[in-house]
Amino acid sequence: MRSSVIIFPGSNCDRDMDVALKKFGFKNQMVWHNDQSIPKSDLIVLPGGFSYGDYLRCGSIASKSKIIKSVIDFANSGGLVLGICNGFQILTETGLLNGILQQNKFLNFICSNVYVKVKDKQNKYFKYLKKDVLELHIAHNEGNYFCSDDELKSLEDNNQIAVTYCGEDGTENEITNPNGAIKNIAGIFNKNKNVLGMMPHPERMIDKYLSGEDGSLFFKNILDNFK
Amino acid sequence: MKIKVIVTLKNGVLDPQGKAIQQTLNGMNFGNVEDVRQGKYFEIEVKEKDEKKAKSLVDDMCKKLLANLVIEDYKIV
Repeated sequence: MRSSVIIFPGSNCDRDMDVALKKFGFKNQMVWHNDQSIPKSDLIVLPGGFSYGDYLRCGSIASKSKIIKSVIDFANSGGLVLGICNGFQILTETGLLNGILQQNKFLNFICSNVYVKVKDKQNKYFKYLKKDVLELHIAHNEGNYFCSDDELKSLEDNNQIAVTYCGEDGTENEITNPNGAIKNIAGIFNKNKNVLGMMPHPERMIDKYLSGEDGSLFFKNILDNFK
Repeated sequence: MKIKVIVTLKNGVLDPQGKAIQQTLNGMNFGNVEDVRQGKYFEIEVKEKDEKKAKSLVDDMCKKLLANLVIEDYKIV
């Protein structure tokens, strides 16, 4: 399975993502934001970081990059596009995903491990995943997902909520919501579920000696679903 | 021609920074401050002499980049 990771000025999780993808057997290549086109890929990843220093709004400047037109075309033709953290923010700014990531409710930068519940498995990312709750890592200042009531209803009706913040046992409530996100939302899909944006970093949970291995399950599962 | 734009959060959208500013002002004995909403202000120099045209250009910029209409409103002043 071929993947491409797009690098923007200020991306800082691009190489972690490269290591993670290669570890599980993806043939990954790095693509610069100013390039016109993306090499043939089955998966495009917009990595975490602080593209353009989070100027104006997180992800807003990157969403106007030269390469983004190719990303949108790829997504609209059914290709898998994954945005992690800043990548999720960029995807909302391109309009591929609904809503926006606002500043965390308590104005703090959060860097910690969290549990997320997989809400939908009828998609190429989570199909056949054996676990329902994953331990992943978050590191963000703007992860407070917000959208209009109509958009929320449509997300719920189409099962587009991908993952939500929860406790180890899967409980979703205010206590297990780190940033104030509406309905504990940590990640969402587009309507066709080929585009996934999420705040948690699976690429930081791929080694039991460093953090944990639930991120490994995530990447292996994408590969298995592709075969 | 210089066009000025103010971008603010829509009514009903939580503004934690505004809230923190309000609480700080209250703590500084500005007890009559009931609410603060924080926004952004832009001065855009447009190479255009016709004010109507310049404003219409900036309006387009607001829709496409300067404001995110999910949570923000803009006003050209």
